[in-house]
Amino acid sequence: MSSQTPLLELKNIKKDFFGNQVLEDINLTLDEGEVLGLVGENGAGKSTLMKILFGMNVIRETGGYGGDVVLNGQVVHFNSPFDALEAGIGMVHQEFSLIPGFTATENILLNREPQKKSVLAEVFGDRLNTLDRKDMDARSEDAIERMGVHIEGSMSISDMPVGHKQFTEIARELSKEQLKLLILDEPTAVLTEQEALALLESIRGMSKRGISVIFITHRLQEILDVCNKVAIMRDGVLVQEVPASQTSIPELTRWMVGRSVANAAVDRREPPATEPIMSIRKLWVDMPGETVRNVNLDVRRGEILGIGGLAGQGKLGIPNGVMGLYQAGGKVTFEGQDIPLNAPRKCLDASLAFVSEDRRGVGLLLDESLEWNVSFPAMQIHGEFLKPLLGGLVKWRDDKAIRETTDRYIDELKIKCTSSKQKAKELSGGNQQKICLAKAFALKPKFLFVSEPTRGIDVGAKALVLEALKKFNRDNGITIVMISSELEELRQICDRIAIVSGGRIAGILPASQPSEEFGALMVSSVV
Amino acid sequence: MNGKNTSTGKKILNLIGNNAVPIMFIIIILICLPMSGFSSTFLLNEIMNRLSRNAFLILSLLIPIMAGMGLNFGMTLGAMAAEIALIFTSDWQIWGIPGIVLATIMSIPISALLGLMCGKILNAAKGREMITSYIISFFMNGVYQLVVLYMMGSIIPITHTNIKLPRGYGVRASVDLTRIRKSLDNVLAFNVAGVRIPVMTLLIIAAMCLVIVWFRRTKLGQDMRAVGQDMEVARAAGIDVEGTRIISIVISTVLAGIGMVIYLQNMGDMATYSSHSQIGMFCIAALLVGGASVDKASIGNVFLGVILFHTMFILAPKAGAVITGNEVIGEYFRVFVSYGVITVALVMYETKKRRAKASMGAQLEAEQKEEENR
Repeated sequence: MSSQTPLLELKNIKKDFFGNQVLEDINLTLDEGEVLGLVGENGAGKSTLMKILFGMNVIRETGGYGGDVVLNGQVVHFNSPFDALEAGIGMVHQEFSLIPGFTATENILLNREPQKKSVLAEVFGDRLNTLDRKDMDARSEDAIERMGVHIEGSMSISDMPVGHKQFTEIARELSKEQLKLLILDEPTAVLTEQEALALLESIRGMSKRGISVIFITHRLQEILDVCNKVAIMRDGVLVQEVPASQTSIPELTRWMVGRSVANAAVDRREPPATEPIMSIRKLWVDMPGETVRNVNLDVRRGEILGIGGLAGQGKLGIPNGVMGLYQAGGKVTFEGQDIPLNAPRKCLDASLAFVSEDRRGVGLLLDESLEWNVSFPAMQIHGEFLKPLLGGLVKWRDDKAIRETTDRYIDELKIKCTSSKQKAKELSGGNQQKICLAKAFALKPKFLFVSEPTRGIDVGAKALVLEALKKFNRDNGITIVMISSELEELRQICDRIAIVSGGRIAGILPASQPSEEFGALMVSSVV
Repeated sequence: MNGKNTSTGKKILNLIGNNAVPIMFIIIILICLPMSGFSSTFLLNEIMNRLSRNAFLILSLLIPIMAGMGLNFGMTLGAMAAEIALIFTSDWQIWGIPGIVLATIMSIPISALLGLMCGKILNAAKGREMITSYIISFFMNGVYQLVVLYMMGSIIPITHTNIKLPRGYGVRASVDLTRIRKSLDNVLAFNVAGVRIPVMTLLIIAAMCLVIVWFRRTKLGQDMRAVGQDMEVARAAGIDVEGTRIISIVISTVLAGIGMVIYLQNMGDMATYSSHSQIGMFCIAALLVGGASVDKASIGNVFLGVILFHTMFILAPKAGAVITGNEVIGEYFRVFVSYGVITVALVMYETKKRRAKASMGAQLEAEQKEEENR
């Protein structure tokens, strides 16, 4: 295995998205048959790094990357994933890329089906060759064999348990003869414990056969079990690279969540020990990719409660379920009143408000002016900004009040725009987010859900948004529940933080607890 | 554990729910049958006649459905191509089997060209193929009228006075195809117990079915099924999604052109400006009556659909006359039912999707209950 040139070398890889540096000087080497574990919080840059390696279009469309990818001693430039596949790199994505109505075999050999010559193909081209079903079965059987985990080749994907879908994808990569490096992006996230063990065994088998593996997971024990070495990323920087045998879970967690720069002193108050304003009991939410199971949670009056956790664990499902945007069940009481689920209007009527993580889809009327965006919900829900005319027979829009309110928020939140008449879609992400907040503030809610308020916005806007939320809470005594993937941000402004893992609340701690404690909760029951 | 022990009663209900349209038609037919007083020979003759007339046209709808493009009104374009071809062959006075063969050959390049255009437009309107193709067919109807009503005889040479309008250009509202009439149906035809079997036409239809079965097993057929189920996954696997969709529409319009020639030789008369206008709707309605849905259709659906749909239309005027004393009610019924069936099928398609989504929530709830009981 000790060939002179390593299979893969990454040299000084840099990447920015429109000036926002997401990867800085990444250097990594990988030998043939070596298994590398890649860990880091969400947004640490793991996915971006893998996208570069796999030649994904999004990288090229956003201005390419800096540094070199060296494969077998040669600098390579992949213009598309097909180039990467050609060069022997395979990737299993987090989202399934399978045709639901096809069998496992058909999916494994999708667009690489062995064919039998047919007469008509001579006239109309090779696509009129018939498929050689026998050879297809043999080749998929062979790939499944190599994977070492048995799945039924003739089973339709739509009838499969989720774990088998994952194995089908892995078998698809293994069926490619040229495969030298396999990237597994959180493959065990959907597997049962036994399936995960089988997968780890399969990875060892691949490694023996000389296939290198990059294994991305949040389950740190698996990393220690199967990897030769571990690379830890944080904020776009490779912070550590150690042999797996020389590290431990607490150490990995510390590297993952620890911040290199000391945080500016946070003026932290004692968590208010008030009575609960909202009680959530036995909540389940069917939000695809963010399933929530059996959540019990009390939110205290006047506090800022953070909800954190890794992506896909269900933290986003909680506000979306309570506010009625996704199908949910269970019991939610607010100020002693039951809030009916699956009815967004009822939530808004009860003075709850929600700033969605889906800014452009749910949050904004993109083609309308800022004035409209800010005033529309308040007008709709509370009948504000309306003047009665003809003794209340007709209600007239009070444009002056709308403009004044909007201008006030533009001023307060330092929204960069040409005027309150500008269209929402013309603003930058950070300023759009501020409009979303202004819209929620204009509703004058008693209770506010804020979901991923800082996702995809720059540092300056981030600080402003967090400050605005804090001010809204302190000045008006509004209870806020903030959902974020970034633990440090939650620790900055929240009083208590609940960590969601595997769709459930893994624990609630005061924000003053050290990061490691939260990190341990995050990975406690990851599914 | 869960889902396995659903009672047979629920299964039967599901079966009925999934096949509501065919079952409804069977019931209506059973009610109308005794009222009409038709003899079984007459009825079987009519059904056989209409089956041979229509089946090929409806088969042309299957391939776009396979490619995920839904119920494709683009077939109307193929019908127009066939009509233009038949106008030419009639003008050249080529009749009988040679006329049919020539018309078929001439329709193919026109259908293919129109199909190519339609396919390109539908690629720009993914997810709204049905309504887009419907509007394209209206638009192309205008172009067709321009060609047939103004250009034929003036720019495009049309000489025969039976076809040309007396004013010197344009084609008459009706083109007489008597000398082509049933010339395909009559090849090898024979009678069984008074029912005439158009053997050649049936053989062609059977051959088409075999071609479709074979086509499903080709690489192109496999690609179409993949594209039909998930365009993004297919694209990620390197399949040319846009190209595959265009090919499926071109195949459909070309087949529809051939189907229209078969249809018109059976009728023996062509309404120049209206023959094609409702053919798409009737074919789609017949396919849906056979139990097909927006994303799933089989050869079995085609034949069941043709038989049920047409039996109903043979019976309805007579039954209508018995009930109301007016035979016109039959034609009214035909149009009314066709639109009704398409509407029901579209609504059912959406409700099915919603039901599938709701069941996932129910499953989550059940899992949670189970966990609590433990």
